[in-house]
Amino acid sequence: MKIHEYQAKKLLNKWGIPTPQGHVIEDISDVHGVMNNIDKFPVVVKAQIHAGGRGKGGGVRLAKDRNEALEITKDIFGMKLVTPQTGPEGRRVKKVLIEEGFDIKKELYLGITIDRAMLSPVIIASEAGGVEIEELADKYPEKILREIIDPAIGIRAFHARRLTFNLNIEKELIKETVSLIINLYHLFEESDCSLAEINPLVITKENKILALDAKIDFDDNALYRHQEIRDLRDLNEEKPLEIEASKYGLNYIKLDGKVGCMVNGAGLAMATMDLIKLAGTEPANFLDVGGGASAEMVEQAFQILLSDKNVEAVLINIFGGILRCDLLAEGVVKAISKIDVNVPVVVRLEGTNVEKGRDILNHSSLNFIVAKTMQDAANKVAAVIK
Amino acid sequence: MSILINEETRVLVQGITGKEGAFHTNQMLLYGTKIVAGVTPGKGGSKAEGIPVFNTVSKAVEETGANASIIFVPPSVAADAILEAADENIKVIVCISEGIPTFDMIYVMKYIEGKDIRLIGPNCPGIISPDKCKLGIMPGHIHKKGNIGIISRSGTLTYEVVYQLTERGIGQSTCIGIGGDPIIGSNFVDCLKLFKEDSETLAICLIGEIGGTTEEDAAKYIKEDFPKPVIGYIAGMTAPPGRRMGHAGAIIAGGRGTAKEKVNALKASGVFISESPALVGKLVEDVIKKRI
Repeated sequence: MKIHEYQAKKLLNKWGIPTPQGHVIEDISDVHGVMNNIDKFPVVVKAQIHAGGRGKGGGVRLAKDRNEALEITKDIFGMKLVTPQTGPEGRRVKKVLIEEGFDIKKELYLGITIDRAMLSPVIIASEAGGVEIEELADKYPEKILREIIDPAIGIRAFHARRLTFNLNIEKELIKETVSLIINLYHLFEESDCSLAEINPLVITKENKILALDAKIDFDDNALYRHQEIRDLRDLNEEKPLEIEASKYGLNYIKLDGKVGCMVNGAGLAMATMDLIKLAGTEPANFLDVGGGASAEMVEQAFQILLSDKNVEAVLINIFGGILRCDLLAEGVVKAISKIDVNVPVVVRLEGTNVEKGRDILNHSSLNFIVAKTMQDAANKVAAVIK
Repeated sequence: MSILINEETRVLVQGITGKEGAFHTNQMLLYGTKIVAGVTPGKGGSKAEGIPVFNTVSKAVEETGANASIIFVPPSVAADAILEAADENIKVIVCISEGIPTFDMIYVMKYIEGKDIRLIGPNCPGIISPDKCKLGIMPGHIHKKGNIGIISRSGTLTYEVVYQLTERGIGQSTCIGIGGDPIIGSNFVDCLKLFKEDSETLAICLIGEIGGTTEEDAAKYIKEDFPKPVIGYIAGMTAPPGRRMGHAGAIIAGGRGTAKEKVNALKASGVFISESPALVGKLVEDVIKKRI
């Protein structure tokens, strides 16, 4: 799960990590009231969306005085912000963060994530902050410091000291930096984060160390034990069809193609998308109905697929292991008889009770295109699109 | 020979009285798996699917000599179940449960590190050595005994590939679903090492997907130390970056973990890559006809 920058900063504050003073505007009519409470300029006006690269799309701007801050805030609020991470459709800005500005002496990078190969958390730091870590890793791999944390001992002062000294932090800030790193690690572990990133971590002209930007992602599998984090979910940042799908335990990701697909199992779903592409067209979505899908779930899944107006054909690819083919066929027939389906539906079933499943499809009064193999299914769906 | 499990394997089912546990216990018994015990705390002394149930793994092992375990418990208690099995030195542990917090798994991996324990999963379909033992949830009837070892991060995609092989008359020695989570008990290299020593396995079919670097690690190992032919397929060529594609571990993060990188690494190590998931079986056939 992702959260906004301003939420991440509140969490940092809770763990004793300083950030600039900020105000969040969720309703543009509040803007005058908020501005009147700010007595120190310049300020930075920052669009709050769940995507990086906001500055590149004009979503982060400096305002030298109150009037300019007002104007910029009004510009950014409600704008359709396009960044390298939003895709060309962009994201509507519904929250804006206004923060005090600083003169910056040094920009650092500090992040914690899970190193999958080392089976451990890893703290990553660099003296060259402010650019994306991926870019940093490509251009200056030697400037990246890494501390693997053995969970058996957790974070220790020496880990943080080693990083701090290697970051060439000046003497009077060493103690503070060490405890900042330790606190960030505790936040990471106790909140079950998958990423806790401060980029940049800055040292100001007044020699204060601050988290100027923050990005925190959480492990979805651990959300059940963190009510306070679940409360931070912002449904405005998710696509309506994806929210609808998640209510039924369906894994749905909307894409831009024309072939809606419904598959059981994540790997097979990805493989089916790839096959659609190889057959010369594009998938409209990723949709995994899971191994234990019921007829109702299949019905819901079908409804969601067809709500996407770009869908010109549907491909159902089910390898019945736990999910039996007859159950699936029942769900599909039920769904189609309830709603008006005016696109061709190609079905490929294999596995447990496949004969029964095919029987159900063939005996329904509905018009399915039945495919024998995966390749056959992809060819048939590509043929109806063209 | 097959690896990890065979007709001698004595299986314990943790979570045997749950819906999934009971259903698959029954399915495994039908396949011929020698299930000797079940564990559900509080239900010791009863029977489930005709199998004696114990309160603790320790009691189950003491009474029945179980030497492999399969876990069907809810994700919030699954790490505890793995640790309980590991604490009794059960050598092969398969965890089916999906949705275990990453940090729970980090602690599990720290505990079993260096011990003679092979954990498969979590979030996986398990292991099958056709006609000998099924320690998993895969449909048994699509498998056929033979000489291809399969290692895969997926469930149904593995069934698809197995099906393609069996349709062509090509059998399997052992099929392992290593799981779709970011932190898993055994990765591709761990399994390749086991297959290397297995005289029954003549070639490997490796099914990867986006996210992480376990395919790249496999590529490196294959180049250095794996003499048998490997046929590969990587799912997720069309997956968008930054999105979790169903599996917790299937995510392209910061431009890393793409299908293309993995395909290139494997190709450079001499792995035969099928671009299409529909043609993996055919490619295996072509390769073994030429090489074996």
